[in-house]
Amino acid sequence: MENENNAGEPESTGASRRAFLKQSSVLAAFALTPPAAVHAVEKGLDEKVAVAFEQQPLRVEVNGVAQQLSVEPRVTLLDLLREQLSLTGTKKGCDHGQCGACTVHVDGQRVNSCLTLALTTEGSKVTTIEGLGSVDKLHPMQEAFIKHDGFQCGYCTPGQIMSAVACINEGHANSPDEVREYMSGNICRCGAYANIVEAIMEVKSKGGRI
Amino acid sequence: MNPFQFTRANTPQAAVLAVSKESGAYFLAGGTNLIDLVKREVVIPERLVDINRLPLATIEETASGIRIGAMAKNSAVADHPLIKKHLPLLSMALNAGASAQLRNMATVGGNMMQRTRCPYFYDHSMPCNKRGPVQSGPSKGQPNGPAGCGAIGGVNRMHAIFGTSEKCIAVHPSDMCIALAALDATVNVTGPKGNRSIHFAEFHRLPGDAPQKDNTLLPGELILSVDIPKNELGKYAHYLKVRDRTSYAFALVSVGVAADMKGKTIQDIRLAMGGVAHKPWRLKEAERYLKGKEATLENFKQAATLAMQGAKGYGENDFKLTLAPNSIIEALQIATQTV
Repeated sequence: MENENNAGEPESTGASRRAFLKQSSVLAAFALTPPAAVHAVEKGLDEKVAVAFEQQPLRVEVNGVAQQLSVEPRVTLLDLLREQLSLTGTKKGCDHGQCGACTVHVDGQRVNSCLTLALTTEGSKVTTIEGLGSVDKLHPMQEAFIKHDGFQCGYCTPGQIMSAVACINEGHANSPDEVREYMSGNICRCGAYANIVEAIMEVKSKGGRI
Repeated sequence: MNPFQFTRANTPQAAVLAVSKESGAYFLAGGTNLIDLVKREVVIPERLVDINRLPLATIEETASGIRIGAMAKNSAVADHPLIKKHLPLLSMALNAGASAQLRNMATVGGNMMQRTRCPYFYDHSMPCNKRGPVQSGPSKGQPNGPAGCGAIGGVNRMHAIFGTSEKCIAVHPSDMCIALAALDATVNVTGPKGNRSIHFAEFHRLPGDAPQKDNTLLPGELILSVDIPKNELGKYAHYLKVRDRTSYAFALVSVGVAADMKGKTIQDIRLAMGGVAHKPWRLKEAERYLKGKEATLENFKQAATLAMQGAKGYGENDFKLTLAPNSIIEALQIATQTV
């Protein structure tokens, strides 16, 4: 695995592991690979072998739980949460950073998890909608969304709520206009915007960090 | 996404080495544009070199002005007291761009490196001269889609009216860069051949015969910081962004103004436009005309006329020939508080 290059010297070989596997004979690969991978090579499944080799370690705290994971570089934080950690509260909408359904907090900052490579969150604290409140004790923003009917189909709601919490904590919820501007990265096809703004303004009016 | 290798760099030197020794290697900063480009297979990297751990996020006052580290997040710059006080135009431009989430991810260096949002560039079944060849994999070196410019004679409502070529009429998408162009910033970079500084006006380039090149960085060069010289332009500033929605949309036309006024007289002024060219479009003729003149509607109209010399529409974007001068006039009125 290539990893951090602490000495200021990146990985010494220019050829990628994938290229190496593709170029090397099956015999050469045998010496390095676990039995399952050998089997895969025999069946010509080079891609799967390469994937097994290319996973890199990732330590990240998700909703207060320390995770030690093995992740392919191309896996986004969104896919890691949904596919590997089964935290499906975070939604995949556009998967291109345009809709905000995938909004989570990384070290307290709201980000689009669909454009965040999982490996770049090494050592970070990630909070998703599952980590915000619980069924028994909803977060004030979740309560406000229910009270003000801040959703219809609900698909954008986890992203809206994560964004709304950050919006207040950033100090950008001082007026309905400001909320509209700073919530513009969360699209709601049902058009629940008016009620979302009401919910945020109510939580904001109670004061303090949430 | 196509698979790629991933290296985490802990020093700028290591990052430069990692990117310069491999033709399909790219620096990964906030990733808000690059990851999208990788998903759409416009960029097919061999390796991404993660530079998010580099200690380059400082925002500080220097003897000659303000220095912003390349890895400072767009949101951190926009909300920083030094920037709000001395460079309000930059703060306004940053806040006009993208969404709160994206500004939390996007860096100053990455913002400068973002690619055009021309839809032909993002669709490799369509002709585009900007996309360039495939960067890695079995098709390395092969064209990534047909050559030509789909936007010329095609869907070009968002496209350029200044500095175009027969090869490309795409526009530079950044708001931040319009402010940096207006404020005469300098870009400090490091690379395989050492450090150098690039004046902001020379950082981005016009398409000419090589639209695949957005800027004048050499292979492997990494942006370290941006310097903005001290100025007296902090009091009268405005960034006007005209777009299809009130928020979270790219500019049809944007205008950045920063002025120094004495009474009604314009002592000094900087003007730049976005959404109209392949690079931030500085309006030097209009600046020269306005300097020393009174802030009046008549003078603003004349400045806008001067600014529009040489503009050319391509059909769907002809409306920009009217929208742009009107936007210049309105931005000048708001900035100089003469509305």
